[in-house]
Amino acid sequence: MALMNLITTINHTLDRAMDQDDRVVVFGEDVGVEGGVFRATVGLQEKYGDKRCFDTPLAESAIVGTAVGMALNGLRPVAEIQFSGFVYPAFNQIISHVARMRNRTRGQRYLPMVIRMPHGGGIKALEHHSESLDTFLGHIPGLKVVTPSTPYDAKGLLLAAIQDDDPVIFLEPSKIYRAFRQEVPEEDYTIPLGKAKVVKSGSDLTVVSWGAYVHEVLKAAQILQDEGIDAEVIDLRTISPIDRETILESVKKTGRFAVVHEAAKSFGPGAELIALVNEGAFLYLEAPPTRMAGFDITIPLPREEHHYFLDASRIAAGLRRVAQF
Amino acid sequence: MLIHERIELIRDYGAPGGPMLQIMDEHGAVRRPELVPSLAEEKWLELYKAMVLTRAADDKALQLQRQGRMLTYAPNTGQEAAQVGPAAAMEKNDWLVPAFRELGAWLYRGIPLKTVYLYWYGNEYGSHFPEGVRVLPIAVPIGTQLHHAVGIAMASSIKGEKDVTVAYIGDGGTSTGDFNEALNFAGVFNAPVVFIVQNNQYAISVPRKKQTKAESLAQKAVAAGIPGIVVDGNDLMAMYAATKEAVERARRGEGPTLIEAYTYRLGAHTTSDDPTKYREDSEVEQWKLRDPLRRMKAYLIDQGLWSDEQDAGLYEQYGAYALEVFRQVEAEGEPKVADLFQYTYKEMPAHLREQYEEYVRYLEGKVE
Repeated sequence: MALMNLITTINHTLDRAMDQDDRVVVFGEDVGVEGGVFRATVGLQEKYGDKRCFDTPLAESAIVGTAVGMALNGLRPVAEIQFSGFVYPAFNQIISHVARMRNRTRGQRYLPMVIRMPHGGGIKALEHHSESLDTFLGHIPGLKVVTPSTPYDAKGLLLAAIQDDDPVIFLEPSKIYRAFRQEVPEEDYTIPLGKAKVVKSGSDLTVVSWGAYVHEVLKAAQILQDEGIDAEVIDLRTISPIDRETILESVKKTGRFAVVHEAAKSFGPGAELIALVNEGAFLYLEAPPTRMAGFDITIPLPREEHHYFLDASRIAAGLRRVAQF
Repeated sequence: MLIHERIELIRDYGAPGGPMLQIMDEHGAVRRPELVPSLAEEKWLELYKAMVLTRAADDKALQLQRQGRMLTYAPNTGQEAAQVGPAAAMEKNDWLVPAFRELGAWLYRGIPLKTVYLYWYGNEYGSHFPEGVRVLPIAVPIGTQLHHAVGIAMASSIKGEKDVTVAYIGDGGTSTGDFNEALNFAGVFNAPVVFIVQNNQYAISVPRKKQTKAESLAQKAVAAGIPGIVVDGNDLMAMYAATKEAVERARRGEGPTLIEAYTYRLGAHTTSDDPTKYREDSEVEQWKLRDPLRRMKAYLIDQGLWSDEQDAGLYEQYGAYALEVFRQVEAEGEPKVADLFQYTYKEMPAHLREQYEEYVRYLEGKVE
């Protein structure tokens, strides 16, 4: 066991994956010599050489597209996109090829590849550095979209993603890269993709969230707990495919449902989650399912970004309305 | 050596082609005997036959489309040498990464004609190839496939394997960001990859001169620091020779090459297109005189390897074969509904299984 924050855990996990399997290669902009702008890949080039951990020219479409080729030719590439806001040029590759190769070849060719990227806002970064892409990425059939909320989960989910035979988008909440440390086992373990986790059990309402927001939701749940409202908090962990079973089981128990996410509200994952609750547990509901999400605006620059984010007290206010409906 | 570390300008082809590598002229006469690849005589005959098969299968697909039996189809006629030549210059384990108009290369690299027809017939099994055939499926989004080629080539290098990747793109594709990014990546990583631009003069209706002010497409290699060469794409010998040298260069670790195959699409872009709207008949007629099959046949006859008598009926024989293959495609029946669902992921996730099962219940009449 070692105390690690999220970014050192990512670094440790990539090291473990490269050590376990020669087919794992890690690359992207500033990934090699510098070790990544967030230091996720520090030391990997030194340890594994510049054939397995290397810098690429500045071209996201090519980073993702070459990963496709490498995966087709027997490697297990882990590509880094420097910030989620820079991935748009690669969307053609992601949508037209990454997500479809298995289907369009009827299972003959498939892509064991991971695309990692810092995700979301809240770090007072420059323009285009704070994007939440859950909605876009979750909508594409053929992708798995994963996001950890703790160092422990990050290791298990990232190892599972690298070992998976389907392409995985791994969204790393940059806000909590260094927010806190946690005991992370040295030995390797995986956490199954597509499985949510009940992080606080409760009986009065179900709250689903993921990534950095899980921590705000837990704070909100504590505020409510002090008022006598017992919220169950679920960390979705995999945005797509969604673990419906865990959510529905919880809603059937609590009768109330809220989802909290950073991405803009309209057409967002909150809508999808509420739809699946309506389809799967309608008759158990005692209150309208509710979503709390980003405003339908472009994420603001740092001076005003705090208005965009939901903090524990705003989340608590929203959850209180659901609990007391 | 055909390929230098700069654009290669070999012989003036005359209007409208400009300078390019040519070994055999449009009449089948060998103009550069010292450059004729040292292939067995019967190999040239085999390659000629591969071009005739390509032509016959292409024409048949077009006829079938006109009869309403085939869906939208992208004709290939006129570009056979730019496809069969490079395909023949590759080794067995080399990879081919196509765009979407490389029928001659697909067939030569081992994709069954039936599979090709299945694709244009609208069936995903048209992208499922026999085991061991190192060819990627067609790439419709223009330019995207070059990244896959570079990635495959980089993987070969990383693994210490000697395989080379040959990738295709069209003249329109050279205007994409992906084309330029891929050349750049290939250069930086010294990837064992050969890019072939089939410059067939039109991207649907837009002529080559409206794609770029550059004098040639091959010169786009210069900015990436890799060699580029313009080759007469209707000259089977020149296409074979240039690709062979580029492939062997790559295999020796000397890096990527860009080959511009200067050719012409004698037919339409696809069966949805009317080329008379954007080009003159006289231009098409002029290019028919440079037909790659015609000149290869003249060469073979001149060499005493073939005769008009032997040639008579060859095209018809391949056409009949193509029709028979297409009949098999029509007789295949509908693919399984489960196939729509079961290849999106390795294992079908719960939500997809539910959608599938609900649809099957509907099909079986169990749902009102």
